[in-house]
Amino acid sequence: MAYVTLTESEPPTGSEDSDPDFEAHHEEFLRLIDDDERIEPTDWMPERYRSTLIRQIAQHAHSEIIGMQPEGAWLTRAPSLRRKAILTAKVQDEAGHGLYLYGAAETLGIDRAELLDRLHTGRQKYSSIFNYPTPTWADIGAIGWLVDGAAIMNQVPLCRCSFGPYARAMIRICKEESFHQRQGYQIMLTLAEGSDEQRRMAQDALDRWWWPSIMMFGPSDAASIHSSQNMRWGIKRFSNDELRQRFIDATVPQAELIGLTIPDPDLRWNAERGSYDYGQIDWDEFNRVIAGDGPCNAERMERRVGAHSEGAWVREAAIAHAAKQTARTAEEAA
Amino acid sequence: MSADWPLWEVFVRARRGISHVHAGSVHAPDPEIALQNARDLFTRRSEGVSLWVVRSSDITASSGDDRAALFDPAEDKTFRHPSDFELPDAVSHM
Repeated sequence: MAYVTLTESEPPTGSEDSDPDFEAHHEEFLRLIDDDERIEPTDWMPERYRSTLIRQIAQHAHSEIIGMQPEGAWLTRAPSLRRKAILTAKVQDEAGHGLYLYGAAETLGIDRAELLDRLHTGRQKYSSIFNYPTPTWADIGAIGWLVDGAAIMNQVPLCRCSFGPYARAMIRICKEESFHQRQGYQIMLTLAEGSDEQRRMAQDALDRWWWPSIMMFGPSDAASIHSSQNMRWGIKRFSNDELRQRFIDATVPQAELIGLTIPDPDLRWNAERGSYDYGQIDWDEFNRVIAGDGPCNAERMERRVGAHSEGAWVREAAIAHAAKQTARTAEEAA
Repeated sequence: MSADWPLWEVFVRARRGISHVHAGSVHAPDPEIALQNARDLFTRRSEGVSLWVVRSSDITASSGDDRAALFDPAEDKTFRHPSDFELPDAVSHM
């Protein structure tokens, strides 16, 4: 009977050139996807499906851990002990989400250390939203409400992604994100019900986070490069523009309810479509920030690489300790 | 010579898309026979589409004595649950 070990083998993959049974394998692979079944790590998969998933899951994981920085900046300055405990729990969740996702990526036969190296050397990216600064406490509200809100809109369909380990990680993550969005909205609600200055703070944060948040859904469908293949593979279920529209439709009434104004003069309800029309997105800004020229790109990367290199001695000491314990146990047994 | 084969823990994936779940254990002399025994013992009625076997001696388990120390601290952190945040009725689906 044939068997595999989980960490010593890559998933069986193939391309037209390398696999003589490519046609038969590929047909079975597509049948599973058409039947809305999940592909599991020991299943055959096209080489490009594997590499696409590694890139997407890694980028997602990188975004989670870089995302700890803008909020982490307020851990020591949260306005009450309760707010501080809540924000600590949220930042801790983001670290956890990164770990779930790195774990899912590792089932595709790649090491976490390699993925971190790709992040640190700029070969893999993270979501451009985390390159914006958090100058006021209201930014913590805006991030939870808008950034986590947009993330949820993107992530809920990923709970049904065709790759089993990614889908299962997303189910855990989505359960936890719900708390994140609610705590953010509640911060905005509290500020909006407060003094004039607090209300101005809330509006200012919304003004700064609105456009970057709706850019989180990625380029418009016409300009999106990976979309159709990812749809066919069941990695993506809805287009960027579809998800962006859903987010806008859900969020505009939430802003109105607490008396805040979405900073888009072209935003209006379109009764015919049953959706909001919205203004032109500044894709030049999006591309600029992705290319590295956002307000905080350099700071985020410096902090990440710094944390990794400054933590090296801890990782090394833990390994040395484990080796010593193993040797001691062996000695006692002898 | 000890006649008994080592113990293996068996994990069964009931269908694609869900995790392997612990089902029980089998004795076997090597991984291959462990898989065969697991198949015969736990999947005679189509209970699974995939099996994992792990040497029981390779599993590290938390001690029951540590239960309170490990898990009780989460109990007073109700703010980790969305229900801890009261919102206006109009946005209750958030």
